Amino acid sequence: MRVKKQLVSIGLNVLAWLLSLVVLIPFVVIVLNSFKSDAEAKVLKLTLPEKFVFENYKIVYEQGHLGGSFFNSLLHSTASSLLLVFVVAFSAFTLSRNHSKFSQFLYFFLILGITLPLNYIPLMEVMKSLGMINSHVGMILLYTAMGIPISLFITYAFVSNIPKELDEAAIMDGCNGIKLFLRIIVPLLTSVLVTVFVLNFLSVWNEFTAPLYMLNTVEMWPMTLAVYNFFGQFSAQWNLVSADIVLTSLPVLIVFLIGQKYIVGGLTSGAVKG
Amino acid sequence: MNANKIYPWYFSSGAIVLYLLFIVAPALLGIYYSFTDWNSYSSEKNFIGLEHFRTILAGDPTYLLFIKNTVLFTLITSIAKTVLGLFLALLLVSGVKAANLHRMIIFSPQVLSFLIVGLVFKSLLDPNNGFVNVTLRSLGLDVLAQNWLGSLTWAMPSIMAVDTWKGMGYIMVLFIAGLLAIPRDYYEAASIDGAGFGQKLFRITIPMLMPTITIATVLNITYGLRVFDAVYVLTNGGPGNATDVINTAVYSSFAKGYWGLGSALSTILFVIMAIISFFIIRLMNRKVEF
Repeated sequence: MRVKKQLVSIGLNVLAWLLSLVVLIPFVVIVLNSFKSDAEAKVLKLTLPEKFVFENYKIVYEQGHLGGSFFNSLLHSTASSLLLVFVVAFSAFTLSRNHSKFSQFLYFFLILGITLPLNYIPLMEVMKSLGMINSHVGMILLYTAMGIPISLFITYAFVSNIPKELDEAAIMDGCNGIKLFLRIIVPLLTSVLVTVFVLNFLSVWNEFTAPLYMLNTVEMWPMTLAVYNFFGQFSAQWNLVSADIVLTSLPVLIVFLIGQKYIVGGLTSGAVKG
Repeated sequence: MNANKIYPWYFSSGAIVLYLLFIVAPALLGIYYSFTDWNSYSSEKNFIGLEHFRTILAGDPTYLLFIKNTVLFTLITSIAKTVLGLFLALLLVSGVKAANLHRMIIFSPQVLSFLIVGLVFKSLLDPNNGFVNVTLRSLGLDVLAQNWLGSLTWAMPSIMAVDTWKGMGYIMVLFIAGLLAIPRDYYEAASIDGAGFGQKLFRITIPMLMPTITIATVLNITYGLRVFDAVYVLTNGGPGNATDVINTAVYSSFAKGYWGLGSALSTILFVIMAIISFFIIRLMNRKVEF
């Protein structure tokens, strides 16, 4: 009986590693490939480079518009996430505390966007009429709007769990709505607001469709478009493409490692209770 | 205490204005444009009624293929992600060593852009020198080597596999959270009654996970129907139109300047999503009550 249990346990561990390898191997192949010479990289194999070619990274950086597009991605992700945290904190607080029919309606109306597909063609028309095509401000506002439904959903549930007695005590002490919000509620919301920030940062960083429709000058491109374009030019040179992929994924993986707790927490919130 | 005074709804106006402007207005405008001949070749938008919908649903059969592809993609990736996600979650809560490390590795593709994942697999699946075929040949399995993204038979299954590879980690994490919330006593009681692994799985685990399965299914379906990046980067709809889905067709009608037609395609997607979301939520809600 004990031997059988041990065998099962070994089997499960081996299986877990095999499955993890299925996820890891593609990345390992790409990382190894990014250090190979052009000729060696022609065939994608799981072998160490004969000689590490660091120059690939230099070429990619110089020819792939990575500097400028890194700045664009950083600007769009940071600014829209900050703005999102601001508007979502306010709306989650008021909509979850105020139990009138109207605020219930507003809440459901706003979170409807979780399933609503974005229609990019008329969206372009709207952005054009606002003078926001090819503009940083336009992209930042658009990304903020796109992040509202899911972020509000996460934050709303969180606010509901803050006891209302706190509000009553604060009001007795002479707080008005805005003071109550800033002094009492916002400090309690910090962790969920960090989650909203990190999740939105990642999704804006990864966004490919919106820039494809909305941005048509190289100077405005985020990293995703720059990489896609780079691939179009150098698709035959896998060592360069691999280096480009590595450089673009690094910031995301770093954010993931730092913000892991918040990412997983945010993505699973609501899923357990249903 | 007057709630309207302490929690004035206009605190939400920032969110409401942005949402109306960038999400709701385009959605409504899009429905209106669906009934017009709006295109890049003339400055007028003429009302043409259901003309585009007739073209899409009864006129040109390629559009039906796009809809069929979208539904098939959604169906198969949803099932694959749910089954694999549940399997992985069960494996990682069964007491394997370094479970957190495995969880992190398997989840990691989820945080990468589909563009990156797409490019990685575009190189790995290259018919001549890609990692998959090179490995198969070196193992003497030449027969299994395929033109993965370029053949009519394999292109769509390849995209589905890549998408499942990327998304299963997220579903796994949801299931792990769900599994950890099931009280241990249920299993202990079942063990005393002599229940085996299968009985516990189907009598306790899966019924208790129903709320998580609901959320996972809704997420998978809404993601699947909206798929764009995966197909655009991996095959751009090819070979021919074989892997085109609704959103890649919307993009190509946009690029060709057929804006009214593209809007009509988007509207159809919108309607399909509304109907399916509605039925799934109702169906799953009924099953939860046991």
